[in-house]
Order: sequence, then structure tokens, then C-alpha cells
Amino acid sequence: MIKFYVNGDTIEYLADPEMPLLWALRDTLGLTGTKYGCGRAQCGACTVHINGEAALSCSVKVADVAGKRVNTIEGLSPANPVVKAVKGAWIDKDVVQCGYCQPGQVMAAIALLAKNKAPSDAQIDEAMDANLCRCGTYPRVREAIKAASAALVGKR
Amino acid sequence: MKTPVRNASRRAFLKSSAAAAGALVIGFWLPERQRLAHAQGAPKPAIPPNAFLRIAKDGTVTVIVKNLEFGQGVTTALPMLVAEELECEWKQVRAELAPAGPEYAHTAFGMQLTGGSMSVADSWTQLRTVGAQARTMLVNAAAEQWKAKPEACRAEKGFVLGPGGKKASFGSLAEAAGKLPVPEKVALKTPKQFKVIGKPTRRLDSADKVDAKAVFGLDLKRPNLHTALVLHPPVFGAKVSRIDAKKVTTLAGVTHVIETANGVAVVGKSFWAVKKARDALDVQWDLGPGAQVSTEGLRQQYAELAKQPGTVARKADDPAAIKGAAKTVVAEYEVPFLAHAPMEPLNCTVEFRGDSAEIWCGSQFQTVDQAAAAKALGLAPEKVKLNTMLAGGGFGRRANPASDYIVEACEIAAKVKVPVKVVWTREDDIRGGYYRPMFVHRVEAGLDAAGKIVGWNHAVVGQSIIAGTSFEPFLVKNGVDETSVEGVSDTPYDIPNLGVTLQSPKSPVPVLWWRSVGHTHTAFVMETMIDELAAAAGKDPVAYRKSLLAKHPRHLAALDLAAQKAGWGKPLPKGRARGIAVHESFGSVCAQVAEVSLEDGKPKVHRVVAAFDCGLVVNPLTVEAQVQGAIAFGLSAALHGEITLKDGQVQQSNFHNYPVLRMSEMPAVEVHIVPSAADKPTGVGEPGTPPIAPAVANAIFALTGKRPRVLPLGKTKWA
Repeated sequence: MIKFYVNGDTIEYLADPEMPLLWALRDTLGLTGTKYGCGRAQCGACTVHINGEAALSCSVKVADVAGKRVNTIEGLSPANPVVKAVKGAWIDKDVVQCGYCQPGQVMAAIALLAKNKAPSDAQIDEAMDANLCRCGTYPRVREAIKAASAALVGKR
Repeated sequence: MKTPVRNASRRAFLKSSAAAAGALVIGFWLPERQRLAHAQGAPKPAIPPNAFLRIAKDGTVTVIVKNLEFGQGVTTALPMLVAEELECEWKQVRAELAPAGPEYAHTAFGMQLTGGSMSVADSWTQLRTVGAQARTMLVNAAAEQWKAKPEACRAEKGFVLGPGGKKASFGSLAEAAGKLPVPEKVALKTPKQFKVIGKPTRRLDSADKVDAKAVFGLDLKRPNLHTALVLHPPVFGAKVSRIDAKKVTTLAGVTHVIETANGVAVVGKSFWAVKKARDALDVQWDLGPGAQVSTEGLRQQYAELAKQPGTVARKADDPAAIKGAAKTVVAEYEVPFLAHAPMEPLNCTVEFRGDSAEIWCGSQFQTVDQAAAAKALGLAPEKVKLNTMLAGGGFGRRANPASDYIVEACEIAAKVKVPVKVVWTREDDIRGGYYRPMFVHRVEAGLDAAGKIVGWNHAVVGQSIIAGTSFEPFLVKNGVDETSVEGVSDTPYDIPNLGVTLQSPKSPVPVLWWRSVGHTHTAFVMETMIDELAAAAGKDPVAYRKSLLAKHPRHLAALDLAAQKAGWGKPLPKGRARGIAVHESFGSVCAQVAEVSLEDGKPKVHRVVAAFDCGLVVNPLTVEAQVQGAIAFGLSAALHGEITLKDGQVQQSNFHNYPVLRMSEMPAVEVHIVPSAADKPTGVGEPGTPPIAPAVANAIFALTGKRPRVLPLGKTKWA
């Protein structure tokens, strides 16, 4: 049995410990907001937070999250100022197109801004380069991160 | 030659096809039986449901969108068309994807599809009419209640206003309005009267997508739903010769292992159980002739063919004119196979109930897919309900005349007799074929002493997308697949004695349209060659193009605007240069200026300025997003995209060796809309893709003096 925490719930997991966290979230827990895109840590569609850090859940075994706190897009607190700023900016800047990669983009952006409220362009590149978007929403992702940053800095 | 519709030749097919099938364009209102079917499960609407619009008692206006939403924004643009005439508040409006149904056929072509950058143009009159009809009925209902003349009432912001300050909401009137006859003739607004159309409007689907409430095909949950993965052959066309499934069938979570027409399917309770089992399968293959195919072999074959006479796609007035040229430029170009690689891997869910079936998938081709599914299941098409799911990109891959992944899912569902979701891994996607075909072009162009073109012989060699499909009778004319030569044989450039030939060799590699189809390679060849001729003539690339486009005001305006906004001719930091390209596709014209430097010899694109004429603009925010996205998509291919084969095997498998553009590679993109007096919209989703590769290639020439003629550009060290 592997015990870990997903969006604040305690999970007592009895299935294959080798299963990637992504599939435990999607198939076992029904949390389909975390997306499958590549299965080998190349695209970022599966980005979640593990103990507050952005992580690619397709390439983390369930065994490796024993005792850890996993947060998915479904578990984001609407009251959290970073969550609020990022989601608000994403809508305001009309970022999404097909939307499939966006939960991963949002999770990566929140992890970035939680640590660094005013990232430079180079820091945005570094944090967001793991997240592919085939629709090419990158310019608006960048704009939205800057808008969220401005909202957060302004509030300080 | 200029024809009234010179964009998607797919349209020509569809028109002929519909006529041949005697297809009927079904109007606004559905027969009673279908109305009831639509009402099931829907929140009790007050206006009787029809194909495109429901108005609920609470005033919610639901627009049913017949196209697939896969990023291009139809679930916002199409409701805008309805809202313009309905006179409701935008905040009342919702969108919903239509299932497959004859009432959702393209207005001219008799089948339901999403492609050719034509969704908004197709619905332009249809949905504004729907809005106007519904508004008229609401006004008439209010007039009846108030015993007033309809002319004394009007609709405004979701209410009908009448004499003496009377006011009733659309929601309160909807039920009564639904019982009134549908007005046959309604007057539509002129563009000057538009309040919604043309206004930057944020997407209706943003919040759901940001919160991950949006359900894509891969996210579907159904009772007892099993997952299936298929082991496809390692070589196109190979057949299973022996399966040893013993090790696999006993694995936890695996329920079935079956041979299919194109491989071996493993079915079970979860993706991971099935994936592990598939990895452990021991299958021997009879590889067949597909094992002989290699990119190197095709390259040699195509280059040889390009020097030989092909089928005439456009006949030169005087083929001998080029012999009198003062200067002749001969160039050979090559572009590779490309995978679409949408972020959401292909998937399809099928519930087969013996005498009927239900399917869920993000289909660009509902009519074709429904018919193919019905055939695979041995059912009549009306017994197959096809639900359109949101799709995580598509770019043409989900519009396959062969309906490959849908037919395969039906085959599996029929055999295992449990509800099944067939999921493709990224590796299955990259190696699964249906690529943009590899092409070789050979161009000979002659200039006179003054730098004027006197002749141009253009040979195109590459697999036909259309041959062998049901589209062949309509899109292959006199042996020429029009999608192979579009952008060359109909070039707007004033090129005397232009001769175009085509050869369409066959190969076991399945090919398909890919965002902007033939224009993906023809724009690259035409726009780099024109640039080369400008240099040979000693002329500025912008001025030279303009001299050849005197009769094409849209091209001239796009070139001028792009050049002006990009600062064409103004100095740049050392090590940077600009390149320009302009191309017409899907009825729209896009010019782009790319600013490029070399980093370790490889191109780095810093800035792209686009000028875009797409006729009447419905939603400027979407137009900007689509051009940005089309540039990113085209730049992925221009810099990195390449599927290669060796001994019949695809050498790429995932994003580590089929790289696509990342955030740090994305240039700053400025999109400028060319002011247009057009009274209707033209294509938006695709026309931004073709110009980027030649714009970057021309900037590389400006930097290095070397002419890029092979894609992708990133595999060459330019300095």
C-alpha cells in the first residue's frame, strides 16, 4: 500500500506501484484534467505540483510519491492569489485555443509565479519550455504570465 | 486564370459530391421527430429546439456549432453570427458541439466537416439567418401578447420592447415564440450595422479550458469503459504472421488480445495495464514491400522524376521562351514527410449495442466518419450516433477520408463486445502515417537582360493525398491532384510562359492534408524562388514582388503593410536580417516579414510581422490568435519538422526526435489586419502557415548569401 495525498485527500493506493502518477490520477482517481501528451516528459501536458513543485506526472511512478502532496488542476484553491491571478490573466488575455495543453501550462505558470512573482522573459522561457502547445499560444501565455505577475506585484 | 473561388479545391469536390449524391441542404427547422430527439437530455428549452439554436426560459441562448472545435474558435465565432441578428446580450450565449447529422452539412457541399478554413464563411449567412428568424419570432410573440403591431416592437439586449414602455425578456417569450411560424424571409444587417461582428470578443470556452472542466475525447467516462491500444505494424502495410499472446492475456487488467486488420489490439481495464501488456506482446510480422521504403530512396527517385516530363498541370503559352533568357536559374527543392502531432493523441470511444452504436470522438469529418463506422459495424448510418468531442488539435489528422482510427475502434468494439476507448500513444501518432507528403520541386526560371521573367518551368513530384480516396473523381483532374500544385499553377504572379507538371508516385506511406495542404510546400518554393530572381535581377525583394502583382491589390496591400510595420529597409542589429514572403490560400492573403539571426549556425527567429487580409473580420482576437498559431505551427515544421524512413521504419517516435516549437523559440509576432471592404469573411485558420518557412529562408539568404532549398532549415549549419 502506498499512501499519498491528492488535492488534500489521503489516497491509499493498492495497484501497480510502477504505474505513472498520470495514469493513477486519470484512470484510478478519475482526475482527467491532467493530460496525456507524450508519456516521456517531453510535452508538459501532465504537469502537476508535487510538494508545491511543478512535476511531469507521466514520468513519476506512484511509488515515488509516497507520503507526498500532489496537487492537480482540479485541486487549485480559487482563493489562492497566484491561482486567481493566473486563471484571471488566462481568460483576460484569451490564451486558450484547443485547450488541451492549458491545464499543464496553468500548473507550470502557477508554480513559477508562486516562487517568483516577477519573472523575466528568460525566466519565463526556462519555466515554460517544458510545456508544448501545438496551437502556438505561446505569445499569449507569455502575456498572461506578465499580466498575472503585474497583478501579484501590485497587490504586495 | 482567376476563378470566383480559387481557394480550397476541397470545396470543388464537396460540391460535386453533394450534387452526385442528390444531397439536400436541410433548412433551419428540424422535422418533429428530430426535434424530440434533440430535446432528450437537454435542459427543457422553451423555444422548440432546432438544429442551431435553443433559448431557455432563463434566457440562456445556446448555439449548436456544427463544426469541430479544435482551437480555431468556432464555438465563439459562430455564436457571434447568431447573436448579431438575435439582439441578445453576449453574456447570455453558450455554445454546444453538434453531433453528426444531415442538418449540419456544409451549406454547399452536403456533408458535415471542418476544414479548408471555411467554417465561418460556410455559416456566415446560415447562422445570421437563424438569429434573425428567432428574433422575428420573439418580436411576433411579444406583439401578439401585447396586441400590438410587430412593427411597433423591437428586440434589444435580450428583451423585446413594445409600445408604452412594455418589455419582456427573450426567456419569457421563448415558449410562445416557438409556436409561431418561422419567417421565410428575413432581412439581414449590412456590415455598417454590425454590433457584435468585428468586435474583439473573448472565447466562450476559456473558463472551462482553464479550469480543466472541458472534456476532450480522451477524458470521456462511461460505464464499464475499457481501454484498447493497438500494436501497429513496424512497417506500413506489414501483416501479422504470428502472435504469441500467452504472456500477455494472463496479466492483471487485460481482458482481450485480438488481431485486427492493421495490427494486434490489447484491451483491458486501464491505460497502464494495457500499455504494459502491449509492450510485452510477441508478434512476428510479414513486412512486405513496405520494408524497402527509405527517405534516401524516395529522394533519389523524386529527383530523377523531376527531370522527366510529367502530367501537365498548367501549359506554358510558349514553352520555348525560356531558351531565349539572358539568365537562367535552376533550383531543386525538397520538403519532408510531416506528422500533425496534435497535443491530444488520437482516440475514439465506441459502444456497440448490436443493432446500434454510439461513438465519441473529436472528428473533423463527421459525415464520412459516421458512414465508415456504420460500414465497419454492419449498421445503417442512422443507427450510429456520432458525438463530436472537443479535440486537442487536429490540423487535418482528424479529417481522414479513410477514417482510419475510427474504423479500427469500431472493428475492436464489434469483436470484444464491451464499450471501448481506443487510445493512441504519442509513438503510435508519430509513426502512424497519414503525413504531409514528401515533395521535390524542380524549377527553371529565365530572366531577360532587364531582370524580367520570360519563362518558368516547374516540376512537382510527390504522393497524391487524394488518389485512392473517395475524393479522387472530384479533386484529381486530368491526372493532376489539385492539392499537389495549388499555389503554383494558380500563382498570382505575372509569370509569362509558366509551365507546371506533376508526377504523383505511389508509396506504402499513407499521406494526408496538413494545415494549409499543398500551400505548405508550394509557398516555400514559389516565395524562395521569387526572392532568388529578385536577387538575380538586382531588385529589392518587396519591390520585385510588387512589380509582378500589379493586378492583385490585396497582395500589394498585404506586402506594403507587412513591410511598413516591420521597418523593411531600416537597419537592424549586426547579425540580423529580414526575409519576406506573401501567399494566398483559402481566399485570404498573408504577408510575413521574419527577422532572423544565426546562433551556432542555426536560424533563430526573433520577430515576425504579419499582414493579413481575410476579408470581413468576425472576431479580431481570433484572427490574431490563429495567425500567431499558424506561424508557430509553420515554424515548427520550417525549423525542425521531419519524418524520415529507413528500411520502411519511421525513425522518429516522440517529441524528443520530432521536436516542435517551444516557448523559448517562439518569436515575437505582430499581426496586422489589412483593412478590407469585403462584405464576407474568407479563411483564417490556415493561411498564416504557408509564408513563414519562405520568409525565414529568405532572411537566411539575406544573412549568408546561401539559398535554403531543403526543409527543415534547422538541420543545416548556415554559417
